[in-house]
Amino acid sequence: MDIAEELLKGNRLALSRAITAIENEYDEALDIMKKLYPHTGHAFVLGITGPPGAGKSTLTDKLAKAYRAQGKTVGIIAIDPTSPFTGGAILGDRIRMNSLTMDEGVFIRSMGTRGSLGGLSHKTADAVKAMDAFGKDIIFVETVGVGQSEVDIVKAADTTMVVLIPGMGDDIQAIKAGILEIGDVFTINKADHDGADKLVREMNMMLDLDGMMTDWRPPIQKVIASQGEGITETIENIAKHFKYISENGILTKRRTERSKNEMMDVLHNNIGSYITKKLVETGELDKYVEQIKARETDPYTVVGNIMKDMLK
Amino acid sequence: MEKRIRVLVAKPGLDGHDRGAKVVARALRDAGFEVIYTGLRQTPEQIAEAALQEDVNVVAMSILSGAHPHLFPKVVNLVREKGMKDVLIIGGGVIPETDIPALKEAGIAEVFTPGTPTSDIVEFIKANV
Repeated sequence: MDIAEELLKGNRLALSRAITAIENEYDEALDIMKKLYPHTGHAFVLGITGPPGAGKSTLTDKLAKAYRAQGKTVGIIAIDPTSPFTGGAILGDRIRMNSLTMDEGVFIRSMGTRGSLGGLSHKTADAVKAMDAFGKDIIFVETVGVGQSEVDIVKAADTTMVVLIPGMGDDIQAIKAGILEIGDVFTINKADHDGADKLVREMNMMLDLDGMMTDWRPPIQKVIASQGEGITETIENIAKHFKYISENGILTKRRTERSKNEMMDVLHNNIGSYITKKLVETGELDKYVEQIKARETDPYTVVGNIMKDMLK
Repeated sequence: MEKRIRVLVAKPGLDGHDRGAKVVARALRDAGFEVIYTGLRQTPEQIAEAALQEDVNVVAMSILSGAHPHLFPKVVNLVREKGMKDVLIIGGGVIPETDIPALKEAGIAEVFTPGTPTSDIVEFIKANV
């Protein structure tokens, strides 16, 4: 089957196969992406991030149902960590989304991080494009459970939601840099647990002190995702943010930035793998490694010479 | 990047015991597979649809309730109907020896009963994917 063609016709198995090709970097992936690219750029990409156990999957499940009730189609990419030792992974986000499985308007794909450290996998952005070309209106990207610095999601999403829960630490945690800086919308999940109001106060204090704040002050919504409480308000907050970035040229700016990143990523990857392939084929790679190991030369000189040679 | 084997570990039917499925999931993870774990009480339709969305190489099911003669073949049929002809489908759990030939006839590639070392399952998958 012609995967790209079938995908564009709405064949779900083709979408699934396309993501596999992308993820495994099969040769045909390049051709698929070329054919899909003109059909992308229509979906709204919602990033959902937060620490492990914050309820990201449960929240995704509830939000997806709310969007489905509005008649929108939904794609979900849920990322879980890959073991750095075996390369294996347990991808368990679907457990919280089982009731979405039989809804034909929803497509869920689990991905392992496969060595990427930014909270996504290297191929998440291309998987988003496959779902976009397929015609999904809203694409959720649920990151791995993050700590403080896994902020790649901002580059992939139009709106980033940070999900927090009470009891994660004292208020100094809230003034640290990292994921707390990237939230366009904050959700305090498990709001029936002790400390939810305190966390809301601390988050508000953090935002009060934010000198870089634009006209958009990220809203903080208390939610009990498992019971569906606060979901309507959260959907409204997301809509307000999307309206704000659309009307202020921020969305265009973000998407321009994303196009640039895409181009640069492909450039880096292609040049890197082209040169590596040449070096391996000619046996030069091993030769250089030996010379560097013996301190006869250094990596900087070697790469400088290679570039002079190959990129003339 | 090399191909990575993806396995859906699923519990069809109504029994609430997933310790075995979790032990298997963990062993498969340690063998370097990507394991999609969907939890308890899945219908055959849900399992087949999840297999499609996740583009898995293997569907591994566990049943302790005795419903395997009905549920296992149903999953095989649904998965095949969706166009996934080469997905390896295996089963495990409390399954009488006498039931196994019929399950294999129905398209279950192998059946692993209690006491099977998890390494046998890993080896079987590696040899057949």
